[in-house]
Amino acid sequence: MTNTDFLSLTPFMILAMAAIIIMIVISIYRNYEVVFGFSVLAFIAAIASIFYILPIIPHSIAPLFIIDRYSLFFFGIILISALLVTLLSYNYLKQLDGIREEYYIIIFTSTLGASLLAVANHFILLFLGIESLTLSLYILIAFEKSKNSSIEAGIKYLILASVSSAFLLFGMGLIYLTFGTMEFSAIVTAMTHLVKLPPLFIYGFGMMLVGIGFKLALVPFHMWTPDVYQGAPAPVSSYIATVSKGAVMAVFIRFFFNIKGFENQSIFIVISGIAILSMFVGNILAIQQKNIKRLLAYSSIANMGYLIIILLTGSNNGIQSSVFYLITYFITTIGAFGVISLLSTKDFEMEEIIDFKGLFWKNPWTAAVLTLCMLSLAGIPITAGFIAKFYLILESMKAGLMILVFAMIINSVIGLYYYLRVINTMFSIANNTELPSIAFLGKLTLAFISIAILVLGMYPGWLIDFITKYVVL
Amino acid sequence: MILIYLIVILLAGAFLAWIAGNWSAVLPRIISLVALGIDLILLVQFLFQTTTFNTKWLIDIQSDWIPQFGIGLHLALDGLSLLLLLLTFFLGIIAVLISWKEINSKVGFYHFNLLLILAGIVGVFLSLDLFLFYFFWELMLVPMYFLIGIWGHENRTKASYKFFLYTQASGLLMFISILALYFVHGNSTGIYTFDYNQLLGTQMSSTTAMLIMSGFLAAFLVKLSVVPLHNWLPDAHSEAPTAGSLILAALLLKTGAYGLLRFVVPLFPSAALSFAPIGMALGVIGILYGAKLAFAQTDLKRLIAYTSVSHMGFVMLGIFSFNELAYQGVVMQMIAHGISTGALFIMAGQLSERIHTRDINQMGGLWEKVPFMGAIGLIFAMASLSLPGLGNFIAELLILIGAFKANILMAVLACVGLIAATLYSLRILQKVFFGKKNTDWKMNDLSMREKVVSVSLVIIIVMLGLFPQPVLDVAKPSLLKTLENHPDKTKDDNMLMNQFDNVPITNQPITN
Repeated sequence: MTNTDFLSLTPFMILAMAAIIIMIVISIYRNYEVVFGFSVLAFIAAIASIFYILPIIPHSIAPLFIIDRYSLFFFGIILISALLVTLLSYNYLKQLDGIREEYYIIIFTSTLGASLLAVANHFILLFLGIESLTLSLYILIAFEKSKNSSIEAGIKYLILASVSSAFLLFGMGLIYLTFGTMEFSAIVTAMTHLVKLPPLFIYGFGMMLVGIGFKLALVPFHMWTPDVYQGAPAPVSSYIATVSKGAVMAVFIRFFFNIKGFENQSIFIVISGIAILSMFVGNILAIQQKNIKRLLAYSSIANMGYLIIILLTGSNNGIQSSVFYLITYFITTIGAFGVISLLSTKDFEMEEIIDFKGLFWKNPWTAAVLTLCMLSLAGIPITAGFIAKFYLILESMKAGLMILVFAMIINSVIGLYYYLRVINTMFSIANNTELPSIAFLGKLTLAFISIAILVLGMYPGWLIDFITKYVVL
Repeated sequence: MILIYLIVILLAGAFLAWIAGNWSAVLPRIISLVALGIDLILLVQFLFQTTTFNTKWLIDIQSDWIPQFGIGLHLALDGLSLLLLLLTFFLGIIAVLISWKEINSKVGFYHFNLLLILAGIVGVFLSLDLFLFYFFWELMLVPMYFLIGIWGHENRTKASYKFFLYTQASGLLMFISILALYFVHGNSTGIYTFDYNQLLGTQMSSTTAMLIMSGFLAAFLVKLSVVPLHNWLPDAHSEAPTAGSLILAALLLKTGAYGLLRFVVPLFPSAALSFAPIGMALGVIGILYGAKLAFAQTDLKRLIAYTSVSHMGFVMLGIFSFNELAYQGVVMQMIAHGISTGALFIMAGQLSERIHTRDINQMGGLWEKVPFMGAIGLIFAMASLSLPGLGNFIAELLILIGAFKANILMAVLACVGLIAATLYSLRILQKVFFGKKNTDWKMNDLSMREKVVSVSLVIIIVMLGLFPQPVLDVAKPSLLKTLENHPDKTKDDNMLMNQFDNVPITNQPITN
């Protein structure tokens, strides 16, 4: 291992070290504030280190790692999302009884797993990343030990994620059997000589798709999502919706584009089918939800359905639009879950939509943030979601995917219905429940999120430039 | 720059009003009045400074917004948009004044929404970039949804959903069409842009043009509430608070007509022409069906809402007649209908503020209680049946003459609508102000504030009826510009001229 190799892994080292240091600190002196403060600093250090290693990329550590602009960009998104989730977790965890400092250790290990996915160039690293991500997530989901629903969600996730990992592993095995290699680039080289894809490879890819589909919660592998979102602590739900899905998306896009999956007729049809199913099932089931966490879970299914359309465009512009969409989706989702986490207390999780009744008249700024998030998810102008949806539709139309675009349009209208319902509830006449006041840190984070949504909605040019420069495969 | 100021002042006013609402209920009203007043003064000042209206655009400003996609911040003003902006600011002021007593809860947020809707409408009337246009088009929906959903009457939730889903769904179809046009233009010229001027005259096959145009039509016909797509309108109009109904009827419907004139006709000249028979037929159906339903209503606001459907049928008929005379009528109808229907909604609001019902069966014989209101009601009922001397007469007459040149059968059928209008207008008067007293209401006549509002509306509708020429002069260059890309226009006119020598066809409309 050369010096450069070592240097290029700095951000990962920071994450791993942070987890270990917190562990040691806790064993010496257990203090919630200290651990929290250290975690925030460590995330900021990791983000800063990205800029530090910029000059030495692209750099690849054969055969596992590939550290290029694409992976660093995703790495940045993952870290910033994780930081935002951490900031919004502060109050939620502070009020819990018993130990809670360990939460931050797990956040670091899972973020490390997610980051590994962004740099993966090999099935081993892909599997390693996914496993350290999911193993950490079991603990995070079941973190509120006193709550049955939390434990239940953790076990559900454990069982289903293990099954999906098995599928993933089997798929990788089949591909290894076909080509004798597990490195993405080597697979591509082996494929170039082929006139037709071998059936074993197609089966292998299909198995992998099942595994990936579980992680991304695509229909028909979505069953776990609503229960887990509902049972998990609100900040963890936002972590699953953003960091975990973003990382899996990062590695999947890289793999899919490397093997040029969009050129194969049957893969094309399967992905289109999954996309359309995810949109419709996600949106239609979301309409009936009474619990806002479940609603956001179904909405995430639909959103992932929109996103994987972009796999079929087969162009760098397509990926860029999906990255823009991911960023806005992350900000919005973290914002929505952030509002839920900040309004929840130890004994009362603010999760039924009816609980939000009259929120606008009691706590106007918080309600305004949630309104903004809902409008952004629905894709209404002046919010980032509008530009994101526009960008996605633009690229899909450019690639001629008209059926998928129309499916997306129909779904936008269906989606609007339930997003409006949340807004409507907040604006209806208030009932007299007392709400907790929101701590300064939470307000600050929500303000940052709202400003980001508005800025990206009205002045998105700079981010688009940035993405076009960095996200190139 | 004035165009940007117009929008920015409204937006700034909106946020100030919201914040001021925390301290006082009067402050937001005053802020809104000031913001709208400044805009109106700026525009009137500009109107008087302008010596000629015969330029392509009176003001045209352009800068980059999202250059990666060829999206620009392109705003421009011509005679047509100038007239509609004047109407917008004037009715905006009226809307603030009529909500003075009616709205007592969440005053700050109410005015925030009101000004935001108006900002969206101003943006729609000024945008010359299709993406920007769509941006503003959608921008006015959310605050309107809140206005209906929070301050509306009993069934407000259903009405607000219906309004939002109808307009949003049709808007998305337009969005697809905008993108399709963007790609069609980009693929043939290599320039990917949303700019209106560049997209004009895009070459495409007639099938493509028809498909793309249908997306635009979906959005505009829903807004204009053309008959099979009018379902949202009666609910939204009758459940909205008075100012909401006023803005919906007087301004929001006009954005549909404006869209047809500004985008559909110039961008797809031949496709629009082949759609003309259907368009005119839809117009006539709207006129008759709207009038019939208006006659059958017992809810006063619902009744007025259906008269809007009927009157917008005339706009539709005029637009698809493709001649200057009809177009002048359309512009006149947009303004006169805005004033007269707005006034009727205001009257309905004033009545329900006093007697807390909109059911006309419970009214009757109110004239002796509220003679002033009765007189105002009489004038605007007469406007609604287009009595000569009021603006609506000029409008509908011009449209009918224009339509006669294009399609005699349609024009004749549309004339029947005038009789139907007489029936429902007289029914309003009969049921509300005359006839026998059903309930002995205790009520006061109009207050000073209400008198100012009503009288100013009366003055304008009479002025429009007696001196329509200035309005027509301002609008004329824009209308000629709209018809300019029209391939069959001259041929069409000449052919008709030979056929019907007895029909007075001049470029100068009727003067007194």
